[in-house]
Amino acid sequence: MGLTNNSTGHNLIDSNLKIVKKSENEIIVALAGNPNVGKSTIFNALTGMKQHTGNWPGKTVSNAQGRFYTDKNSYLLVDIPGTYSLMAHSTEEEIARNYICFGEPDVVVVVCDATCLERNLNIVIQTCEITNNVILCINLIDEAKKKHIKIDTKKVEKELGIPVITTAANNKSTIKSLTDILDNFDKLQETKPLIPRYINEIEEAIKIIETELKKHDLKSVNPRWLSLRLLDNDGSLINEIKAHLGDDFFNNKEIIQAIQKAKKYLVECNINSDKLNDLIVDSITKLSQKICENSIEYCDGQYSLRDRKIDKLLTSKVTGYPIMIIMLLFIFWLTIIGANYPSSLLSNGFLYIQNYLSKMLLYINPPIWLHDLLILGVFKTVAWVVSVMLPPMAIFFPLFTLLEDLGVLPRIAFNLDKPFKYCNACGKQALTMCMGFGCNAAGVVGCRIIDSPRERLLAILTNNFVPCNGRFPTIITLISILIIGISSGIYSSIISAVILTLVITLGIGVTFLATKALSITLLKGTPSSYTLELPPYRRPQISKVITRSIFDRALFVLGRAVSVAAPAGLIIWLMANVKIYDISMLNYCSDFLDPFAKLLGLDGVILIAFILGFPANEIVIPIIIMAYLSQGSLTEFSSICELSNLFISNGWSWITVICTIVFSLFHWPCSTTLLTIKKETASLKWTLIAAVLPTIIGMIFCFIINLVANLVI
Amino acid sequence: MNLSDIRIGEKGKIKSIKISGNMRRRLLDIGITDGTEIECVFKSPFGEPTAFLIKGAVIALRNEQCDKITIKLSSERVS
Repeated sequence: MGLTNNSTGHNLIDSNLKIVKKSENEIIVALAGNPNVGKSTIFNALTGMKQHTGNWPGKTVSNAQGRFYTDKNSYLLVDIPGTYSLMAHSTEEEIARNYICFGEPDVVVVVCDATCLERNLNIVIQTCEITNNVILCINLIDEAKKKHIKIDTKKVEKELGIPVITTAANNKSTIKSLTDILDNFDKLQETKPLIPRYINEIEEAIKIIETELKKHDLKSVNPRWLSLRLLDNDGSLINEIKAHLGDDFFNNKEIIQAIQKAKKYLVECNINSDKLNDLIVDSITKLSQKICENSIEYCDGQYSLRDRKIDKLLTSKVTGYPIMIIMLLFIFWLTIIGANYPSSLLSNGFLYIQNYLSKMLLYINPPIWLHDLLILGVFKTVAWVVSVMLPPMAIFFPLFTLLEDLGVLPRIAFNLDKPFKYCNACGKQALTMCMGFGCNAAGVVGCRIIDSPRERLLAILTNNFVPCNGRFPTIITLISILIIGISSGIYSSIISAVILTLVITLGIGVTFLATKALSITLLKGTPSSYTLELPPYRRPQISKVITRSIFDRALFVLGRAVSVAAPAGLIIWLMANVKIYDISMLNYCSDFLDPFAKLLGLDGVILIAFILGFPANEIVIPIIIMAYLSQGSLTEFSSICELSNLFISNGWSWITVICTIVFSLFHWPCSTTLLTIKKETASLKWTLIAAVLPTIIGMIFCFIINLVANLVI
Repeated sequence: MNLSDIRIGEKGKIKSIKISGNMRRRLLDIGITDGTEIECVFKSPFGEPTAFLIKGAVIALRNEQCDKITIKLSSERVS
């Protein structure tokens, strides 16, 4: 759940980052490399920004930028998505390649994982093919030392022909070596990076195009590399070239002829497009193999015994699933029990402030409706959202971040791969599902880590079936109302956690069902092959986890909720209090919806609340409360008990509570999520399906629950 | 033998990869190349996917891919 200021909300919608230099002298540095090698950590260490980091591959799916300054220069740092290669198999690889090729960065720093350098070198070599200005930054050198891997950086430097430095991203002093080398990079301009050579046939074909290209202005694009790429039929690249070099480029007869000639030559040599790419990758991997053979000493036990033991426990037949469920249960229990006290404290505090504000306001003697509008409408809704949402978020986020930093999420994806495969989907969907717990919009963007467009669409359409943090507090509140009569104290928190886990499990179960249903109807296809890297377990930095998850996520999400809650409070108060023929507008609406809502075990007010909660699900319960309050049965409430009484006096039964929980789990995604889906799928049709699918499922569930429950009683 | 026949704890060397196109490149990208040492470290609760130790990293593969990768076991299997 990559949830930061940069990655949630409306910022997501505009992820086509525009890189703008502040001054002429500013040096643009791009950070490239494999997934999960610590690029974002280095980015944060240099810029002091809080780009989301986490121990799983694929959490950065779009470019991010930040600035930093040394005594000598000012730098603009661009964090690009981690990729294994620049040959563009997937969206994020395309983003990475496009930026390195056409973004014209002054320097590209390729970050590699010291513990598996050989594999990481592929992308270094591919980058060297594109640009001369490459620095290799071997990160996680501390982890490599622990695993007794010895790297001869001088030798690597000599072989690759580019500057090589080592860093331990969590250790700030080692970052200095990177800024030092950047400051001196202009002196190193003469470096000649290693260029991979291919078999003679390919070299010959490259030469045919390259000779022609050299006659034209290619701006900064490397002619040899471009020739190589032009041999391949890569549609997305051709569009990029047109955008960069102008449409005329492909209208030039000589160029077209050269490309055709080269392609024909390859066909004569029996090399088709697929074989060409295979041969290219083969050569590059052989080259990195050769470099590493000479410069790295491996010792036994790279994959530590401790990791092996934890992996056995988390993935074995007997313990794998139970441990996952117990972890979920434990997190929910801690969230619920931990949030109780601060929640009531906040709520009392707000009540105190409300009285005070009310008195102050009355002092200036405004019209009474204005007072009620501001205090009972705006303030009360905001107070409710803050006191109910902040405590669970402040507990849930750090706990979840902890799991993320430890490296547990990829194991969950690993365990859930087989069920997803059964649904003809990709196991990485488990990762995007987990991101959905934080924010569904972030989860939808996260689906970029899935290569196959069909599987990616499956993941996008079903992301909404796990409740985001906007819906969590709503569901928790409803659960506490449900069990209010049953028990109290510690037992009630355990029961709440169990029920919440059941609700989440239902959400996950429906994710599978819906995925399967889609994959045999609208999105037919067989599961594509997949590879998933399981990173080593890393010790999380507790203080960073707390500051990051509370300040960066919780408060940000809360801010978003409040900014929606305040105007919503205003509108809903007006709707509830502006009366036409003695009946409020809200009543008109809810009476109109009531017969239909009753079929679903809800009532008109609840349905209205969900409709008005479209911008943010956080405000559903405050709307319900205000609607009921305006109808005049109760005037004050602060505890769950009073809330429960309010609901009961408005005709709620346990069936209503259950149906509301189910409906909040399955209904249309919030506006931000839908806009994000629209952007990611670039299709109105799929956006509509993403909205209609969960709504219909929710309605069917509620209808059946209501019917069965009423029959049984 | 095929990579899918390997048991947990066994080690082998990759002999050939009978996959072409995007998937082959992806496998090569992550370090699955001819002659690479590979060790089967654990399997998911359903027996698939399988996690392999390859050049210091743990990579999970589905059976479909493993079926198309042949290996030579490093030591004789004791049955």
